Amino acid sequence: MLLKNTYDVVIIGSGPGGLAAAVEAKKEGAQDVLVIERDVELGGILLQCIHNGFGLEIFNEDLPGPSYAQRYIDESLALGVETLLDTIVLEVTPGRKIYASSKKYGFVEINARAIVLAMGCRERTRAMIRIPGMRPAGVFTAGTAQRFVNVEGIMPGNKFVILGSGDIGMIMARRLTFEGAKVERVLEILPYLSGLTRNYVQCLQDFDIPLQFQHTVKFIHGKKRVEAVEIAAVDENWNFIPGTEELIPCDTLLLSVGLIPENELSRKVGVELDPITGGPYVDESRQTNVPGIFAAGNVVHVYDLADWVTLAGYEAGKGAAKFAMALRAKETAHIPVNAGKNVHHVVPQSINKYVLEQDEIELQLRVLKPIEDRSVIEVHDGNHQIVRRVVRYVRPGEMNTIKLKPRHFADVEKASSLTVDVSPR
Amino acid sequence: MVEKRKLICISCPVGCELTVTLDGDNILEVEDNACKLGLDYAQQEIFDPKRMVATSVKVKNGFHPLVPVYTEHPIPKPMIKDVLAEVRKVEIEAPVDFNQIVIENVLDTGVNIIASRNMPKV
Repeated sequence: MLLKNTYDVVIIGSGPGGLAAAVEAKKEGAQDVLVIERDVELGGILLQCIHNGFGLEIFNEDLPGPSYAQRYIDESLALGVETLLDTIVLEVTPGRKIYASSKKYGFVEINARAIVLAMGCRERTRAMIRIPGMRPAGVFTAGTAQRFVNVEGIMPGNKFVILGSGDIGMIMARRLTFEGAKVERVLEILPYLSGLTRNYVQCLQDFDIPLQFQHTVKFIHGKKRVEAVEIAAVDENWNFIPGTEELIPCDTLLLSVGLIPENELSRKVGVELDPITGGPYVDESRQTNVPGIFAAGNVVHVYDLADWVTLAGYEAGKGAAKFAMALRAKETAHIPVNAGKNVHHVVPQSINKYVLEQDEIELQLRVLKPIEDRSVIEVHDGNHQIVRRVVRYVRPGEMNTIKLKPRHFADVEKASSLTVDVSPR
Repeated sequence: MVEKRKLICISCPVGCELTVTLDGDNILEVEDNACKLGLDYAQQEIFDPKRMVATSVKVKNGFHPLVPVYTEHPIPKPMIKDVLAEVRKVEIEAPVDFNQIVIENVLDTGVNIIASRNMPKV
């Protein structure tokens, strides 16, 4: 694939939001659509979510994450969406230039008429929730463990404690059990579930994995590798209740303690972020405060269902395509006015065909060489003369003019360019 | 003997908490279901609980070492462990096609194990 200099819509990220935006942008009429993905393949985090439960809203089917992704990958490629894989976007400018570093192309600079931010979200880490204790190996976010187990084929441990009852945590509890590991406990600091009830039923209850509300990790033990976690009950203010401590021997602690929209690029380009959601402020077309920059999916706010991310992606893709096409129309609205035979230059250098409302347009020009005799100044579109004017002589030292009158505007509108020639009569 | 049982419907992300009134092998009433899926779920869950199972199989010469697979339809819940053991025995060769059958009629359940995505050859 040859990378183009300018695209109608460039989408950053190829998860459910990005792919939906790409598909919809194409369907809305955008011609050149590019998806930039930092991984080596399309699909985003869906590829590691091998459990089913995707597509219930959109396809009325119960699909695993990779199948859900595959449908959108196949559809976007069939529609002619271009992709740039193994590429990390370094910066987006308010003028919608994208700087990226690509394995294949090196440093790349791409112009976009519209951009969709679809970078998704990141997991909160141990440092962000400040769990006290030693710093041994064996503390992972649930999503990292999910990638290890489901894509790389590596088991991150044997005996697990999972902190947080988010969906990924509960799904990993079942997944690890499938792979022969023992999940000792799932802890939730809140008095209620963070994830979906159906995941509690089919991931924890089905496999007798104990879940404790209002409990959290008080201390991580272990020098090189996690050896145990000390847990305790908390009150409604999240203070530990003395005397409730319990030591659970384990070799791995998984954290499923929340997701944060990933907005480093958005911040840099001046996209205003809502401190409540952590994502950009958007309008109904998912446009941010920076014209032509749209955002959709978990980058805006964290969803429970990929299906809803897809729907948000459709909105952003549609908005971005409309924006890009309006811009494209404006760009092609200008008819260049060229200096032709014996003409040094012409001003104005172009005419906006959508604003042919004024009485007349005067073209000012200077000739290259004098003609000391009656001369013709002619404006043509390459094939047909539009207007001509006869003058007594032309000299480089004396500027000449020729007027386009309303009666010429119909011809001007049809022209792809205008040329001014000056020749002896 | 009439008894009441509480179930959480897992047919969709809503997760209705159902109250099922049961007389031996007969469901007399299902309450608090938001839609008709809850009725089928209660019937199924009480007499023959089934689950979708998603896991992965090893793949030779693949772009990744594993390819995700799943049961095309739900399988009986008590068979999950055996089905997983069966899937673990399999190693397939890349390339793998999206929806390719990896195990046909696994353990006579009438359900195929199929690939969740394609897996190109390296």
